[in-house]
Order: sequence, then C-alpha cells, then structure tokens
Amino acid sequence: MALLEVDQLRVEFLTRNGTLTAVDDVSLKIEEGEVLGVVGESGAGKSMTGNAIIGLLEPPGRIAGGEIRLDGQRIDNLPYEKMRKIRGAEIGAIFQDPLTSLNPLYSVGQQLVETIRTHSDVGLAAARSRALELLNEVGIPAASQRIDHFPHQFSGGMRQRVVIALALSANPRLIIADEPTTALDVSIQAQIIALLKRLCRDHGTAVMLVTHDMGVIAETADRVAVMYAGRIAEIGPVADVIKHAKHPYTDGLMGSIPVVGQQTERLAQIEGAMPRLTAIPDGCAFNPRCPKAFDKCRQTRPDPIASGAGEVACWLIEQEAHHG
Amino acid sequence: MVAFIIRRLLQSLIVMFVVALVAFTLFQFVGDPINQLVGVETGLKEREELRQRLGLNDPWIVQFWRFALNAVQGDFGISYQHKRPVTDLIVNRMPATLELSLISALFSLFVGVPMGVYTGLNRNGFLSKIFMTVSLVGISLPTFLIGILLIFVFSVQLGVLPSFGRGEAVLVGSWSTGLLTSSGIKALILPAITLGLFQLTLIMRLVRSEMLEVLRTDYIKFARARGLSNSAVHFGHALKNTLVPVITITGLQLGSIIAFAIITETVFQWPGMGLMFLQAIQNVDIPIMAAYLILIAFFFVVINLIVDILYYVVDPRLRIDPSAAHGHG
Ligand SMILES: Nc1ncnc2c1ncn2[C@@H]1O[C@H](COP(=O)(O)OP(=O)(O)OP(=O)(O)O)[C@@H](O)[C@H]1O
Ligand code: SF4
Ligand SMILES: [Mg+2]
Repeated sequence: MALLEVDQLRVEFLTRNGTLTAVDDVSLKIEEGEVLGVVGESGAGKSMTGNAIIGLLEPPGRIAGGEIRLDGQRIDNLPYEKMRKIRGAEIGAIFQDPLTSLNPLYSVGQQLVETIRTHSDVGLAAARSRALELLNEVGIPAASQRIDHFPHQFSGGMRQRVVIALALSANPRLIIADEPTTALDVSIQAQIIALLKRLCRDHGTAVMLVTHDMGVIAETADRVAVMYAGRIAEIGPVADVIKHAKHPYTDGLMGSIPVVGQQTERLAQIEGAMPRLTAIPDGCAFNPRCPKAFDKCRQTRPDPIASGAGEVACWLIEQEAHHG
Repeated sequence: MVAFIIRRLLQSLIVMFVVALVAFTLFQFVGDPINQLVGVETGLKEREELRQRLGLNDPWIVQFWRFALNAVQGDFGISYQHKRPVTDLIVNRMPATLELSLISALFSLFVGVPMGVYTGLNRNGFLSKIFMTVSLVGISLPTFLIGILLIFVFSVQLGVLPSFGRGEAVLVGSWSTGLLTSSGIKALILPAITLGLFQLTLIMRLVRSEMLEVLRTDYIKFARARGLSNSAVHFGHALKNTLVPVITITGLQLGSIIAFAIITETVFQWPGMGLMFLQAIQNVDIPIMAAYLILIAFFFVVINLIVDILYYVVDPRLRIDPSAAHGHG
C-alpha cells in the first residue's frame, strides 16, 4: 500500500457562471520516502491538488469526488479537528513565498516551538532545543542567536530554510512543496532544492514537489506527473518521462531541459495556451495545440492507461496498444 | 526607540504651541475682556488702569508669552462668568468627563473587538448579519438621537436608569468619582453607551475587515498547514496582526470620545467639562474656552504618544534596529 493514494480526485469551484472543474479525475500514488514531481503550466491544477491533499482548499473550492487515502485511511472526508492533527504531523506543506509564510509578529523560535508543542507533548525547554536543532539542520548560521530573531531579519533564502524547518518540525511522512523556490533568487534556488532533497532523504520523508522547473524534476524526483487543464496527461518514472515522453504535451515540455535552478521561459515551448477552465474543448483538452491530433481526439476524452512503468492519457497510446 | 520618542515629544510640543497660539488669539478677537470683567458703571479711567494692571497694553507677543508660561504652570486665569480660577473649575469637572470617556472607550473596545472577531470568522453567519445591520444603525444615527432613544426606553418607559446627572459622587483624594456608588454607576450606563456606541461599531467593523484581510494571508495558511489549533490561528496569529490598526483607531477615538463628550454631556446633563465648555461659549467666557481647547489638545497629544509606544510593543518590525536586518544571506 502506498503512503498516499489519490483516487479520481475532483475539485470544483461553484461560481456565478456555473461549476468550474479545476482538478478532474486525478489519480496518483506516492510511496514512502519517494519524491513525486508535478509539472504543468500555470492553472493546470497543481496547487489545487496539493491543497486538497492537506485539506486546505479555500471556499468556494471543494472536493467534489474521489478519495484521498493516507496509509489506506481516507482523509478527504475527515472532520476539521481530525484533519488538523494530520496536518503538520503526517503531511507537511511548504508554500511558494517564504517572505510571507512566516508570521511577522513572532520570532522564528516562537513559531517553531508552537508547532512542535502542538504535535507532541513536550515542555518549553525541550521544544526550544529541538527548534535549535532544526535550525542548525536547515543551515541557519549562528542558530542559537538567530532563533530569537523575527522573520523580517532574515533574507528570503534564510526564511525559506526556516519554513522548511517548520514543515519538518513534527516529522511528517509527506511534504507537499508547492513551488518552494519560485520566489527566490536564482542563485539560491538550487541550494534550497538540494537542502530539501537531503533532509527528506535523511528523514525518509516523501515529497510532492510542484515546480515549473524541469531541471529540478530531473535532478530531484523519482517519478513525475505532468498535468494539463486539471488532468494528468502522463505520470511515470522520471527517466522514462523525460527521455521517452509518450504524451505529445510532455514531449513538447521536454523540448529543452535547462540546467538545475536556471529559470527558463516557463514551459512555453508549445504553441498556444492552455484553455481556461470555462472553455475546455471536447475530447482531449490538448487537441487544439497537439501536432498529432486526429478525429477521435476532438470527440472523446482519453483516460490515463498503463503504458510501460507509467500511465498516459492519449489516444495514440491506445492505438499503439491495438496495432503493436 | 529613544530617539523616536524624543522626536515625537518635540512634535507634540509644536502641536501644543500652535494650539496655545490659537487659544490665545481667541482673547484678541472675541470681544474686549475688560467688558466681561467690569460693569457698565465703571469709568474709562478705571478701565484703563485695569487694562494696564492686567498687561493688556503690552505687545501681543509679551502677552502670549505670559499666557503660555501660566498655562504650562496650570494657570489659565479667572473665569469671566464664575469669577474663579479656571483651573479650579476644570479640576472640578474633569473627573466626570474622564470617567465617562474611559468607561465608554472600554465598553466599545471590549464589546467591539469580540463582535469584530466573531463577524470576521463567521462571515455568513446569521448573527454576523444581525451585528452588521445593527452596526449600520449605530454608525448612521446621530449621538443625541441615540441618547434620547435610550432615555425614552430605559428612563421613561422602563424607569430603570436615571436620565440625567451623575448620581452620587465620592471624593478619592481630590478626584470625585461616581464609580464607587451604585447611583453613580447606574447614572453612567446610558451616557457611556450613548458615547461609546459609535466607536463600538467603528471598532467592530475595523476588526472584522482586518480579520478578513489577515485570514487570507499566506502566514495564516501556513499556520493551518502546520496543524495549529483553530484558536491559536484565530487569536494568536490572526487577531494579533489586526492589533496595530485597532490600537491606532482606538487611540484616536479615545481623543474624539473626550472631545465629543460635549454632546452626550448635554443630552444627559452630565456635569463634565463638555457641559462647562458649552456654557462658556454661551457666555463668551474666553478663559474657559481657551483652557478647554488646550486641555483637549493635550489629551490628543498624550494619547497619540501612547499609541506610538504601543506600536513598538506589538510590532517587532519597528522595535528592532533596521540595520540588523538582512545580515545573513
Ligand atoms: N477561487 C477560484 N474560483 C475559480 N477558479 C479558481 C479559483 N482559484 C483557482 N481557480 C482555478 O483553478 C485552476 C487551478 O489552479 P491552480 O492554482 O491549482 O493552478 P496551478 O497549476 O497551481 O498554477 P500555478 O503554476 O500558476 O501555481 C486555475 O485555472 C484557476 O483559475
Ligand atoms: S489524445 Fe490526441 S490530441 Fe490529445 S495528446 Fe493524444 S494525440 Fe494529442
Ligand atoms: Mg500553483
């Protein structure tokens, strides 16, 4: 049994103009200690998937279908208080902007101690020494002084290190890292990714790493999921997906893989733009941009089917299966 | 921090100087003080003597200097109407106004903040909608009307609370307080509500909108993602971040409460400074008017100073030497 199983997840927004489906029948698994990269253009539904997993979808967004299981236990329908105890302790999260993720009114030590004591029954002194340990572990220089400093006294990279320390402070088994370096200076992005990778390997923590950076995926992830218009286009071992992309969209994405940490044009090698949620075409959502589209693509929607070690949602794969 | 306070004190001094100047010019432009002091039967020669004796023939700058020097020492001259030192009159009246203002401010704060938090957290709740609707009434009804309505219901119809006066006051040192007698407390309820209602609705709406704003921030989302309890997120993280604007407004409003006590004091015939000021205007009793102006300005200045210091207590971003920030890459 995988650590996390997402099964046919559907996230909807009730708006004045009807119901928008931001995440549509997404299924994925994350094994203990595994890094799953998630890529896709802006608006593909990556953050909504992550938010649904930690139970922090903001209204009017809601889970409209499917199941999310941790160790085989459903967590998508837990009451708030039960889910709260899972957040931080079992599933941690790191968000995009380290500058705004920390409360400006508390020292980093206070925020660490509060989180540690929320999830385990330890005294103030023990929590503080654990906090100090964590700050050392994430590489804050002079941690014993810095522990009493406030967020505004840290640079962006240092703040993201503090955020990582906070996310790890209750030893979660899975971390959802949603573009953890996008807001940072290019020069420190690689450092932060390396730190995250090392810490999670040391602690045996699984990671769902959302990013626009294919280089980071290539370096860090074990498997990768490619999302397009709220659905998974392709998911599989990172080497397979990068070297032998089966979905035409993935193929386009892999056009050029930049060096780690280098911010290239955001996955924009493919002509055209991803459709808005209000105007998703019939059939395969990618068909207006797909160089290989044929009649069937414009009529019927392909579902992910097994192909090699992964899954691909494309009619070409089905054809191959039939003919080859 | 010390430099900041010194700078603020200097600014306050300038403000007080300007207000003193304005108060002083009242004497120059509003009638001849001699006419206020003596009767029609006094002859020209005696008037001239009196004028000389009071220093009214000196250049205005000398007169202002004398006025300011006396004011600093708490001497605002003799009331034209009461023929008593203005300071004595004010000291007599001040406790009533300050007690009324303080209780109103506490009332608006301790009712307004929880209501604001509640409506911020349960935005679409039934009770929230009632609070918001009622608060609209509180904001749009003029103070005197609220006072009269309260008198009508609680004094005239129900007959449970007095409609005027301050009840029985007892002396604690030289401070006459109405807070220690049951009649004093009863008499305080309606005026305090009348005076505090506007501020209450203001504070409630402010806290609500600040809460809504803060609840959308990333650090609240991250606090939830860390699994902190609802009460820690709502009060420890969200409410605390709304405090700076709440302190500002409460501080400013405390000043206005003291100033606007005039209306409430009139409606309830509350024996405070406001009522005295109103009577002074009717009688062109300039020393009282000048002293009242200066005193109110003084309250504003002191409150602002306290507000500024409270910022430092609440917000570490102001507290710490900015050069220490961003020390490490
Ligand atoms: N409150 C909302 N109402 C309606 N639609 C929304 C709302 N919030 C998000 N969406 C839509 O949900 C879709 C998925 O958004 P999501 O944030 O998951 O994208 P993403 O893949 O994380 O993109 P990015 O790379 O820009 O972070 C988007 O098309 C977005 O427009
Ligand atoms: S299903 Fe058709 S349109 Fe969609 S990616 Fe495959 S070939 Fe292209
Ligand atoms: Mg996103």
